[in-house]
Amino acid sequence: MLAILWKDLLVELRTKETLASLFLLGTLLLLVLSFAFDPSHPLHEASAPGVLWVAIIFSGTIGINRTLLRERENDCFAGLLLAPIDRGTLFLAKAAVNFILLTVSEMFLVPLFIFFFNLPFLATIARLILIVPLTTLGFAAIATLFSAVSLQTRAREIMLPLLMLPLATPLFLAAVQTTTALLSATPLDQVSHWFKLTVTFDVLFLVVGWLTFEYAVAE
Amino acid sequence: MSREGTQSDNIAAAAVAISMLVALYFVLIAVPNDAYQGPVQRIFYIHLSMWLPTFAAFGIVGVSSMLFLWRRDRRWDHLATSSAELGLLFCTLGLATGCIWAKPIWGTWWTWDPRLTLTLVLWMIYAAYLLLRSLATNPDQGAVLAAILGVSGVVDLYLVNRAVYWWRGIHPAVVVNKGGGSGLQDPMMRITLGLCMLAFFLLFSWLLRLRVRTARIEDDIDRLRHEVLSAV
Repeated sequence: MLAILWKDLLVELRTKETLASLFLLGTLLLLVLSFAFDPSHPLHEASAPGVLWVAIIFSGTIGINRTLLRERENDCFAGLLLAPIDRGTLFLAKAAVNFILLTVSEMFLVPLFIFFFNLPFLATIARLILIVPLTTLGFAAIATLFSAVSLQTRAREIMLPLLMLPLATPLFLAAVQTTTALLSATPLDQVSHWFKLTVTFDVLFLVVGWLTFEYAVAE
Repeated sequence: MSREGTQSDNIAAAAVAISMLVALYFVLIAVPNDAYQGPVQRIFYIHLSMWLPTFAAFGIVGVSSMLFLWRRDRRWDHLATSSAELGLLFCTLGLATGCIWAKPIWGTWWTWDPRLTLTLVLWMIYAAYLLLRSLATNPDQGAVLAAILGVSGVVDLYLVNRAVYWWRGIHPAVVVNKGGGSGLQDPMMRITLGLCMLAFFLLFSWLLRLRVRTARIEDDIDRLRHEVLSAV
């Protein structure tokens, strides 16, 4: 598992193409969504958590397709499948790679978001430090599973969001609700149920992915 | 098809037809008008009757998807796909009748109430399920991929439910509210609701049976075509 993880990260380090596209697309979405919600309107601040998560999720959905698609290019996937490892382990490795890539791109996106929305820097980072990685973990798990599924279909770019986003509803509702509460300095215990929901979702889709990934990649 | 098959089909069709006619008589004629909502409330019996088939269908999709992944028996796949189609049909009808009722009563076609949101999310999941099957590069693989989605959908249902409930809430508790009382005061209303639910559930079971049989026949034809083509 560590070998696959290391291989993928090394490829990414050498090319930086997934990270660059994730980050640029995320930035672009922050920009476009700021056009959509008039920045001088008093409601602008209320839209902030939604804007952040839409930027993360949409850039992530498109970016994550890359990590499996890359294996596809030179038939590397067949090689990976022939390797004497459990398919569940393969899933965990791929999910870990996606998690790391998404987290790195968020390390740039969140400060940019704080900058655009004129929020206090350290305080906002401190409030979001827990919910962002937790949501990203669940997102990486479900996106990895369904990118493997959508890879086997004809319209793979459109299939991933179609399959994944409805299932990820609880994750995104929790992320936006928690972010809204935390940005307005609500105490942590008032959003603890959302945290529990996020953790349950993470565990659930790591397990479902681990168990069903072998069916998704079988040729 | 065997003679017994045709006979039991006729009996099933007759039972569905009779129960639908009886249910319609009760809904349109026998039951009294609601004191506050007037005649509009009558659509409620139809609306509520859609949810039992919808949730039964989606439950069947989940369970038979699991069994299909485990056993690899095509029959589970036939049941899952037929059930998903019918679930989507009843879900659509449920949403439509709900909107028709909501416009005069709530003053809006749509609100982001938890149950409405949950239903819409469900609808999206199962619409994607059917799309996935038709877009898969090979039908056998499509069945497996759809089964993964079927399993994910059913294990996710509880979380979606919690999430949308915490998000918001205004839907009326019609049958039994939290105080234990019922929104349906007249005994005739409860009888009508029961009859209506029975009629639509029978309709669902009958359609499911026909649809599963069609799926099996389609599968047989495919297999035969393969055999013939490989023999030529």
